[in-house]
Amino acid sequence: MSASGRMDLRICHLYPDLMCIYGDRGNVIALSQRARWRGIDVAVRELEAGDTLDPDWADFYLFGGGQDIGQDVVSKDLQGPNGDALKRSIAGGAAVLSICGGYQLLGHEYVPAEGPAIPGLSVLDVTTRAGKVRFVGNLLADAPQGPLIGFENHSGYTYLGPKATPLATVRVGHGNNGADKTEGAVQGRTIGTYCHGSVLPKNPWLADMLLAWALERRHGPAILAPLDDIEELAAQRSAAEVAAARP
Amino acid sequence: MTLRTAAAVAAGKLARAGLQTFGRGATALPGLITLAVDPDAIARMTTGLTRGAVLVSGTNGKTTTSRMLADIVRAAGWSAVHNRAGSNLERGIASALLAESEWGGVTRADVGIFEVDEASVPRVLGRIEPRVVLVTNLFRDQLDRYFEVDQLARRIATSFATLPASTVVVLNADDPIVARLAEGRANTVFFGIDDPAAGGKVPQSISDATHCPRCHHRLAYERVVLAHVGDWHCPNCGLTRPRPDVAATRVELRPGATRLHLSSPAPSAIDPVDVPLPGLYNAYNALAAIAVARAIDISLSTAGRALAAFRPAFGRLEVIEADARRLRLVLVKNPAGFNAATSALLEQGGQHRILAALNDRDADGRDVSWIWDSDYESLVPAVEHAVVTGIRARDLALRFKYAGLPRERMVVVDGWSDAIRRAIDLAPVGGEVVVLTTYTALLSLRHALADMGYVGRFWED
Repeated sequence: MSASGRMDLRICHLYPDLMCIYGDRGNVIALSQRARWRGIDVAVRELEAGDTLDPDWADFYLFGGGQDIGQDVVSKDLQGPNGDALKRSIAGGAAVLSICGGYQLLGHEYVPAEGPAIPGLSVLDVTTRAGKVRFVGNLLADAPQGPLIGFENHSGYTYLGPKATPLATVRVGHGNNGADKTEGAVQGRTIGTYCHGSVLPKNPWLADMLLAWALERRHGPAILAPLDDIEELAAQRSAAEVAAARP
Repeated sequence: MTLRTAAAVAAGKLARAGLQTFGRGATALPGLITLAVDPDAIARMTTGLTRGAVLVSGTNGKTTTSRMLADIVRAAGWSAVHNRAGSNLERGIASALLAESEWGGVTRADVGIFEVDEASVPRVLGRIEPRVVLVTNLFRDQLDRYFEVDQLARRIATSFATLPASTVVVLNADDPIVARLAEGRANTVFFGIDDPAAGGKVPQSISDATHCPRCHHRLAYERVVLAHVGDWHCPNCGLTRPRPDVAATRVELRPGATRLHLSSPAPSAIDPVDVPLPGLYNAYNALAAIAVARAIDISLSTAGRALAAFRPAFGRLEVIEADARRLRLVLVKNPAGFNAATSALLEQGGQHRILAALNDRDADGRDVSWIWDSDYESLVPAVEHAVVTGIRARDLALRFKYAGLPRERMVVVDGWSDAIRRAIDLAPVGGEVVVLTTYTALLSLRHALADMGYVGRFWED
């Protein structure tokens, strides 16, 4: 509980200056607002490379995509104590949304076209290899909970191991690797996806699933009050129409 | 001049004449035809430019700065070829040259001022050897098309290596990514803002250069002006903002205008420069134009005179009268541009009526996620109401919703003329509507405004 006696949510935005591209910060905005609209207090902290991650603080982590420079700096930071702290925090029940570069760094490794593999945290049972063709375009997929719409822009091809479940099945676009029709991964309370866009505003089911997981860590199972999602669903529908017409 | 170039020019000129007969703009197609016949046509056509060519590139401010420059060189008594109307790919340059060229192909003018899309800089530099290259700034913009900023900067730096030593490179000292393009160049002119009080009113949450472009250590800022632009240095490797050759020691922001006090190498004071455009980003545009003027030996007093009489470009704060309301057109196409425009609106104060248009065509960027990197949270408290339109209107309405704009102060209207009509009807007589729009939406709105009888066709400018 927060000082006001109301339920509260703690969000940690991982490396916002280096790993936050293609509107990934919109996910923090969306999750925060959907909590506030339900009367839940929200605190957001940012973790920069070199800061110390407190594994007991956050209920939710956002880990976005970045430019090449950013991924180098961040992968080094995660190979230090911050990587261990993040793994402990996730094992302790924190929920995670990782996108593109962040998704790749939570897998076992990223194998570039040249040079040594970049080790990941192995929070997700996935492996990523540099691909020849960059996948750029609208991405529309079907998850059991509803449609998933976003914009992908990646040259890493990700392959799922047995412990990770695909988040969705690709309808338009490429998804994890362009071959097996899978998009994203779910393992425990950690989600990986190639959907930028931002992904949470236009996919409110995903936002609320993550919000419920995050609240559960300190507040127990939560039933979220429904919100009026007219604008969210209208945006989702129109983006899906655009994706179908212009992949 | 080769026969092939002559044929290429003839084909382009015929296309141009044909398009104008049918009342269509001729800003790209004639050049495209010419380049198809002779890919080297630009190189040959620019040989007639007695005072050389100036290339203007960067993410934001290209169009305004190159129009300022065109006015400055004309004030100096030079004739200029200038690609207008935002056609800043190779074909736009060829089209501009065609308009002023003889049938044989040589363009007769003193100077060429060519606005070049930042991703096209390497291509264009492969064709011509300009006297001056200006880079205004590099921000994230249409990442699906333009690459990530680091990658874009690397490509531009590589293309600079082929330039002759005599080419002057004019760079923004306050942008660390741009300033670093000076590495290895002998002839540089830097511009920047030295006013300790200058800083944007929008929190600088999104930046592309928080880390040193040389050693990747986190940069330190004495002062942030816009996004990653400011007084920066790297505490690790010592890379530091270069001392600007053209510096504004004081920037006075006024409603609709900006006064720049420039540092003077001599003890005698120099007259301030007045620019009839608001906002810090226009201060940078004017400083960039003054820096180029200096690189091509045009006096500050001539440049100042031209800037004082400057008229904004198509969709760059252009004002259109419609049924006793004023529509102010503001092109916004990336987070830095949006935040700069918002900053200017907040400096102006008051509550604003907004017509916001979002498209996702190739020229806009097919990825609309940039609206989430833009600081709508700062804009919304100053929004009286918003009419939202465009192909991705519903994405934009959602952005406004999450930034806190209540549903009753926002309406989505499909159809360009219907959206304009609604925005006009919602504004009081004598009132202003700020139109925030992406590029192709601006073209469509402008066509609708012409159909409604409020403006002429833009190529008549």
